[in-house]
Amino acid sequence: MSTALLIIFGVIIFSGLVGIYAGRNLKMNLENWTVGGRKFGIILIWLLMAGEIYTTFTFLGASGWAYSKGAPSFYILIYGALAYTLSFFILPKLWRIGKKYGLHTQPDYFIHRYNSRLLGVLVALIGVFSIVPYLQLQLQGLGFIVKVASNGTVRSELAILISFVLTCVFVYTSGLRGAAWVSVIKDTLMIAAVCVVGFGVPLIYFGSYSKMLEVLMEKMPEHLVFPGAAPHMGVWWVMSTILLTSLGFYMWPHVFGSAFSAKSDKVIKRNAIIMPFYQIPILLIFMVGFTAVLVIPGLENGDLAFLSLVNKTYPSWFMGFIGAAGAVTAMVPAAILVLFASTLLSKNVYKAGFDPGADDEKVMRLSRFMVIVIMTVSLIFALFMPNELVNLLILGYDGVCQFFPGVVFGLFWKRASKSAVMAGLLAGIVMVGVLILSGNDPFLGLNAGFIGLILNVVVTVAITLVKKK
Amino acid sequence: MKKGTKYALMLGAIPFITLVFALPLVNRIKPVVFGLPFILFWILSWVILTPLILFIAYTLERKFNNPEDGDED
Repeated sequence: MSTALLIIFGVIIFSGLVGIYAGRNLKMNLENWTVGGRKFGIILIWLLMAGEIYTTFTFLGASGWAYSKGAPSFYILIYGALAYTLSFFILPKLWRIGKKYGLHTQPDYFIHRYNSRLLGVLVALIGVFSIVPYLQLQLQGLGFIVKVASNGTVRSELAILISFVLTCVFVYTSGLRGAAWVSVIKDTLMIAAVCVVGFGVPLIYFGSYSKMLEVLMEKMPEHLVFPGAAPHMGVWWVMSTILLTSLGFYMWPHVFGSAFSAKSDKVIKRNAIIMPFYQIPILLIFMVGFTAVLVIPGLENGDLAFLSLVNKTYPSWFMGFIGAAGAVTAMVPAAILVLFASTLLSKNVYKAGFDPGADDEKVMRLSRFMVIVIMTVSLIFALFMPNELVNLLILGYDGVCQFFPGVVFGLFWKRASKSAVMAGLLAGIVMVGVLILSGNDPFLGLNAGFIGLILNVVVTVAITLVKKK
Repeated sequence: MKKGTKYALMLGAIPFITLVFALPLVNRIKPVVFGLPFILFWILSWVILTPLILFIAYTLERKFNNPEDGDED
């Protein structure tokens, strides 16, 4: 077995064990499992949120976009900073409501605020349908990165299966706390990998950043301004996409739910202040993509830019390190995604819809069982239908963004009513579905999800205003 | 609306103005600053300034809003 393989599997297994160990002294009840007992201080919250945000596709996607599309990739650097700015104003209030009424999940909030179990079930189902393709993407990304990093000696299916089992076990035993602990390993490895490669490759090939950028500006200046190499991604597309993704960011059920795990509203607010610093490594990832444009032009699959450049530049054991970092970077978000999806199904679909009398212990047992079910479904998709869910993934992202009016009006506008929010949500979802499935994204130069969101807001506001109290 | 909240919201609007609505105006390469094309320099600067802006917003909220209300932080 080569050094690279030892590193990859050593790290994957070690991470799984740390995740299991994290839950050793906890008496597992629903509160501990889903929101870590609401005891996370600023460090665990930071790690957890970073764990959700930095996925395998930050690695491969940001460098791949910088490589194949150029400037439109800058939106990845921007939307996070704006999402944290929004969270500064929204999440503390949400946390206080969650604490006061014992909420664990996003549908819990909708049920509480709009006093409607139907709306809760609807939000839960949209959430689960959005999460599954995202989860599948993590598993596929993991397989892809390990396969390339091991130079094809490990089949991606094997890597996916091993990580799948370990992730299931540590989510089952340790819940959210397990994910936060493994996130420590993941962040350390990922930041180290990004720094070594991001600082390294431009220097190795060009001597300095400014030299590399100078050559790029000389050779292909259009690559560095919108729309870069992607003609349909002009500045209006970029603007609407930034707005949509920053508004939708905290609407992902798992990101939304993580806010409830903080110890206090102050922790959330302070976290919002420091989070934008976490965006800076993305700049380094762009630099890798830009260096790759000059050094290894003409790759068919842009997602390979990062790995191919590393392969060309560094010794093979280092590829093992990158593979390990990439694998853990997929495991953590996968754990968090499956944890929230299973809670949505058991608590907000099963309990709210069919068995209102179920106690917490029953919901908890069902959630743990659902972890295995949802992971298995995603695994089957990842192994047997790897290419068929791209549209569903975009649909999922644009779908969760449609929760935004319901959440924000719910917090800040007393009059916003159940029927208005539900009508807005459905209008937005249908609009997004029609545009994307008919191949009209972007539409009129704007992101389709953004158009759905505008319609959603208009419908929600109109119905609320028309309906007399 | 409380004074501190108002200030905080005004500050919170700055990243949205600079990082979304100003983009068509700064979509160019020249002048090159610190080796970065202007658009990238602009984006990076405001991403780095955002935590500072939020920190000021946080301080103002604490200063002007009554902590007893529980709505301030």
